[in-house]
Amino acid sequence: MSDRLTLETIASLVPQGARVLDLGCGDGALLAHLQATRGCSGYGIEIADDNVLACVQRGVNVIQLNLDEGLALFEDQSFDVVLQIDTLQHLRNAETVLRETARVGRMGIVAFPNFAHWPNRLSVLGGRMPVTRRLPYQWYDTPNIRVGTHADLEVLAQRNGLQILDSFGLHNGRLRRFLPNLLASTAVLKFSR
Amino acid sequence: MLIAQPQAMTFDATLPLQSGASIRGYTLAYETYGRLNADKSNAVLICHALNASHHVAGVYEGQPKSEGWWDNMIGPGKPVDTDKFFVIGVNNLGSCFGSTGPMHVNPDTGKVYGADFPVVTVEDWVNAQARLLDVMGIQTLAAVMGGSLGGMQALSWTLQYPGRVRHAVVVASAPNLNAENIAFNEVARRAIVTDPDFHGGHFYEHGVIPKRGLRIARMIGHITYLSDDVMNEKFGRELRSAVAGTVREAYQYSTQDIEFQIESYLRYQGDKFSEYFDANTYLLITRALDYFDPARRHDGDLTRALAAARCKFLLVSFSTDWRFSPKRSREIVKALLDNRRELSYAEIDAPHGHDAFLLDDARYMKLVRSYFQGIERELVS
Repeated sequence: MSDRLTLETIASLVPQGARVLDLGCGDGALLAHLQATRGCSGYGIEIADDNVLACVQRGVNVIQLNLDEGLALFEDQSFDVVLQIDTLQHLRNAETVLRETARVGRMGIVAFPNFAHWPNRLSVLGGRMPVTRRLPYQWYDTPNIRVGTHADLEVLAQRNGLQILDSFGLHNGRLRRFLPNLLASTAVLKFSR
Repeated sequence: MLIAQPQAMTFDATLPLQSGASIRGYTLAYETYGRLNADKSNAVLICHALNASHHVAGVYEGQPKSEGWWDNMIGPGKPVDTDKFFVIGVNNLGSCFGSTGPMHVNPDTGKVYGADFPVVTVEDWVNAQARLLDVMGIQTLAAVMGGSLGGMQALSWTLQYPGRVRHAVVVASAPNLNAENIAFNEVARRAIVTDPDFHGGHFYEHGVIPKRGLRIARMIGHITYLSDDVMNEKFGRELRSAVAGTVREAYQYSTQDIEFQIESYLRYQGDKFSEYFDANTYLLITRALDYFDPARRHDGDLTRALAAARCKFLLVSFSTDWRFSPKRSREIVKALLDNRRELSYAEIDAPHGHDAFLLDDARYMKLVRSYFQGIERELVS
């Protein structure tokens, strides 16, 4: 989900000048974009050495940390926005990190692949796990250890007492508000505590 | 190959020390590499740890094996590139490599300081370094950098002279020593102080050196620099063979002869160290380590202590460093985050323990290189 349009659409959800924490920030492209175009500041969190290096090369602040160990480094409500873009599906403690996201940020934005997108449904109906552009891995070698749907994400947020500010789909970089659980490959949730 | 030129500067003005004592007529040994640019904005100060010196990089003329202690990190085309930066290494007060130390004459008494050399702290060293920069006409450092005890000096720079530092690179360091760290230091100090040749620190006038104590101090130090895994991989339970290259299988059933390779290694390191290091210096520097604790003046609150810092930080720790573990670096990271300072932090998964900060690890080297390239871009723009 690294294409330019998606990145810009996600960036447009972040208020101007916001202090941002980007959980699983990858090579820091989103943070660099937010700094350059929206006057944002903040830090990325990454576990992978090559991504930490890429962030430093870009001049993006990065903190090497295993998110599954929680966000103890960060105080309550110390960021305007905490981003979790394509991160949740890699976490063992996905629920804890979702709660931590809401604790640390005044607003959380989570995006992750929607398993209920119709091509995936068709594939499972045909008896096979989906392999798509959005979910390009075979079931046996996928790094996505959490497989869920847009609807599942909403239920999880509600179960943790989070206030859903907005909920929509993203497909090919564009917003999908009509039947996002069926028609969008990515689920996006904006929430607060 | 970079040729290093040792230099020295003597200061007549009295330097007040944290203890309330002071020192006057002192000399600082230092080296510089690269060229100071016209607006004097490309200076990088390298702070040394326990047993190192101002000889950071390069070799001395005609001595091809005399590489500086951080020569893999600093030099032309290296991560801290002396083609771009003006790098300064300073030997700290109390050390035994050229700056005024306990083996020198106290101008107030006309006698060798010995045990009477004043107790110096990290803060005192930073003040002395700042005076050297004053003389060089360097108001602001592009970066201050150090590992271990050197990292503590870099951190202290950001608190004592926040307006004079643009970046701090703090590697394998800690915001203070924990009880275990102090305990190891104390064992080393007792080894030295109880050596009959120590003479209460005035061994110079007896024409002896407390080598036994120094050897044991160094052996203990070495254990804490290595990781369990590396020690096992390097030495394991292998027995020392009398003939190099051959393996001995049978025990000697001796309690005092060298039986295992690790014993041989530690004794060798201890012997080597006792030939060149000063016993009083060892006591002074380990005490400086013990005393460093910027949070102390803020009821133990590191966040409040680091509120003074203004610069950007790069912090690096190593996964198998149990002397200054990643957890200790994360305490500094947290306090800086609480103060909303700009920082990056990397935890390098390296097997070498505390020593890793001096070794070549591609990820570590690339990271520091990239960070300094960022500093360079700021200089140019």
